[in-house]
Amino acid sequence: MSDSAMRLCFVKVGFVKLCLALCLMILSGLTTFGPMAQAQTPAAQVAPSSASQADRIATLEKQATDSATAIAAAQTAGDNAWMLVSAALVLMMSGPGLALFYGGLVRKKNILGTMMQTFAMMAVITVLWALVTYSLAFGDGGAFIGGLHNAFLHGVGLMPDKDYAATIPLQTFMVYQLMFAIITPALITGAFAERMKFSAMLVFMILWAIFIYSPMAHMVWGKHGLLNAALGGKFPCLDFAGGTVVHVTSGVSALVTAIYLGKRLGYPKVPMPPHSVVLSFIGACMLWVGWFGFNAGSALGAGSLATSAFVATHFGAAAAVLSWSAAEWIRQGKPSALGAISGAVAGLVAITPAAGFVTPMSAIWIGLIAGVFCYFMVVKVKAAFGYDDSLDAFGVHGAGGTLGALLTGVFANSVINPIFGAGKPTGLLEGNAHQLLNQAIGVGIAWSISIVGTLILLFVIDKTIGLRVSEEDEREGLDLSQHGEEGYDWAH
Amino acid sequence: MQKIEAVIQPSKLDAVKDALVEIGVEGITILEARGHGRQKGHTEFYRGREYSVDLLPKVKLEMVVTDEMVEKAIQAIITTARTGKIGDGKIFVSKIDEAIRIRNDERGEIAL
Repeated sequence: MSDSAMRLCFVKVGFVKLCLALCLMILSGLTTFGPMAQAQTPAAQVAPSSASQADRIATLEKQATDSATAIAAAQTAGDNAWMLVSAALVLMMSGPGLALFYGGLVRKKNILGTMMQTFAMMAVITVLWALVTYSLAFGDGGAFIGGLHNAFLHGVGLMPDKDYAATIPLQTFMVYQLMFAIITPALITGAFAERMKFSAMLVFMILWAIFIYSPMAHMVWGKHGLLNAALGGKFPCLDFAGGTVVHVTSGVSALVTAIYLGKRLGYPKVPMPPHSVVLSFIGACMLWVGWFGFNAGSALGAGSLATSAFVATHFGAAAAVLSWSAAEWIRQGKPSALGAISGAVAGLVAITPAAGFVTPMSAIWIGLIAGVFCYFMVVKVKAAFGYDDSLDAFGVHGAGGTLGALLTGVFANSVINPIFGAGKPTGLLEGNAHQLLNQAIGVGIAWSISIVGTLILLFVIDKTIGLRVSEEDEREGLDLSQHGEEGYDWAH
Repeated sequence: MQKIEAVIQPSKLDAVKDALVEIGVEGITILEARGHGRQKGHTEFYRGREYSVDLLPKVKLEMVVTDEMVEKAIQAIITTARTGKIGDGKIFVSKIDEAIRIRNDERGEIAL
């Protein structure tokens, strides 16, 4: 029995196993000091025969190995349970969460068209993930994009990948990451709501997932990624759950799309108020709950880091509700339900990169800042520039994601997550000003790839199959013109 | 026989309905409606954007009553639906030539 095995017994096994460890100590003591002990023992005392002693050691060794295996299996079971639940929670954010949130914000004639855009992502991006995008995002590759080794999910089995998540099956990791790949393009649909062809939307999203999401996810989270803070990237950018990968890419691409497609017919003269803030309200509450899977799940285990991310997520969201509502109350005289839920989403966006790196109090600060900042972006900046980011995908996700990514560099704390080594300063407030630069590099790359990539994709699709529905179809609404059905049938 | 059409505030529906039943109006039809008079709507804010809503939710009541009931019904509606503020609504009265009960072809006031 080696010393390390004995230590393992002491450290990892509970009180019940203590007896086993004690036996081992006594036995090893006997083997070492056997002759001396025998010399001091009266000859009459019966010593165990050497054969039975060896048997006993072998039995104990086997028990120790078995218990180590059992402990590892137990940890896998615990972590895997949480990660599968988290994956389901993140899917719930898309459907029905985001579908309801966006669906309520459009006019009646576009509700099914809007919900279908998100729902289609749940199917299309999933199949695409199996074919190629998982491999491009998380397969072995260079600093910018993964290779094709894992195309068709080749080699993605039930054994853990030690680099990504040592205690859960790789397929759990794969399917969890898939849920992020689904909601990210779905977020963009808010910018071009009520006017894009369903066919063009499908083509755009497939290409976007391949050329924008996959490289960005690889750079930040993939092996050898340029910005990967955990796996030795050149510019370690802290992004716990997707501030840059999910929210900056989707939000900035949303802005580009809104500007490229142009305004909806009649905007901003014709009033286009949300047809049901009630639906949006339900959707936003589901987003809030689902976000626990999004952020706390990004700990990739069920340990204390998950708790930390969970707590930060909740506090960030709550603080942003307060600050958005306060801004609205002061400026417009009333705190609206739509304002409160928009604040929650803005806070959740901003805390996404920071959760898992910051204390609960820092999370409250991030939320407070994000609520006011996104309110300002949605209400003032959008009106000043006049672009029709219909459901504020940029104002909330692009702006909130950028803000959150930068604030992560300010508030990240080595006590919460010693990602650069125990006691090494992580964020600006701890004295690591350089981290803010790394965060800015991450944000800059996300903005660049989103602007350039999205523009190219939109141009190509526009010149081939066309992006916008006809004026007639737009007036009629996406439900009838794109899907041949209506969300609300009052006659029956 | 005369038809009374009254457009009132939705919040006054219950009070008006009870008052009409009290004075003996037998049949009444109620429609949820949207519209405006001189009041010209109100403003709503969605994410800072101001929308003027000129079609407000209203309730429209329709009833056909005998000639001697008309003034009593009008008074019942006025007293219960009035708040004194703009937007209280209007009452329209018109002559009805014939009323027919579909079930048994009864005609005239007996069909009311």
